[in-house]
Amino acid sequence: MKEAMTDLLNEPLYGAAATVILYVAASALQRKWSWLHPLFITCAVLIVFVLMTDTYESYQVGGNWLTFFLGPATGALGVPLYKHMQTIRKQLKAIAAGVVVGSVCGLAGVWGILHLFDVSRAVLLSMLPKSVTAPVAIEIARQLGGIPELGAVFTVLTGLIGSMFGPALLKLVGIRHDAAIGTAIGTSSHGIGTARVIRDSEMQGSISSLSMGLAAIVTSMLAIPLYYLL
Amino acid sequence: MLGFAILLGFNLLGEALRAVFSLPLPGNVIGLILFAAALGLKWIRLEWVEETSQFLLKHMMLFFAPIIVGVVSAASLIKNEWLGVAAGLLLSTALAVLLTGFVTQSLIKEEGDRG
Repeated sequence: MKEAMTDLLNEPLYGAAATVILYVAASALQRKWSWLHPLFITCAVLIVFVLMTDTYESYQVGGNWLTFFLGPATGALGVPLYKHMQTIRKQLKAIAAGVVVGSVCGLAGVWGILHLFDVSRAVLLSMLPKSVTAPVAIEIARQLGGIPELGAVFTVLTGLIGSMFGPALLKLVGIRHDAAIGTAIGTSSHGIGTARVIRDSEMQGSISSLSMGLAAIVTSMLAIPLYYLL
Repeated sequence: MLGFAILLGFNLLGEALRAVFSLPLPGNVIGLILFAAALGLKWIRLEWVEETSQFLLKHMMLFFAPIIVGVVSAASLIKNEWLGVAAGLLLSTALAVLLTGFVTQSLIKEEGDRG
């Protein structure tokens, strides 16, 4: 029995099936309790299970099957972007200004807060680009002299945080315009935030994906002076 | 399946262009830009890709799950500084969300266009 279990946990099917089943279950729970975040529940249960069974490496083999779909899913953002192009074009200046202010203040915020807590330089440099899409963030972290693996971790955690609390925070302070919500989430929490808002609103999702792309470009450019400043 | 084939094709094209020209953006984002342009130019018809895209976007969060689970592999790197790290992640994300939202919303209101 124990051996059969170990064999099963070595199959790629394990990682893929466990993730999909938990995600579907968590989404069903969310329909009942809307404050639950399906991605958070899924990952929390998976992390506990993977640590308990010591199967992180075999989990990721099946997990990579799902990560593969991020490529075509990112491309798919082109559909809402195309459908809402007319509206977005009219709001482009407001969106771009939001992206620039948000990117600069996000970087400054990380720098200030980590200094306050006396966090080490390597961690600081790894966290600076955390708001942009993971492949770009990892590259910027490397260029600045941080630890790329840590940069990846901070980036996905930021995406999760923004996706969990961002929309509620904006609502709380009275920011309700689709363009403002989309820009705020895309700039601060890249694809994971975009995946969250597109479930509620195609318009917010398309503006979020545009902002995510703009933020990646703006932050990449800001990283050049930062390299000499820090 | 046509929609999926088209999306994979643009994904592949984006990755190829990134590799050949060592572009600073990820391949899937380059694929997104080209795909949106192809839709705009009517080279790709919306009905070919709409259904597949809606399915992928509806469940996009699922595809991030294994990456987030990967956080366990780096936990040991920050265990001495977790408080500063947690504060940095939470507060700076909140700051970026709020400031971006305020700037965009106030500029849109100024222009008198409430969308």
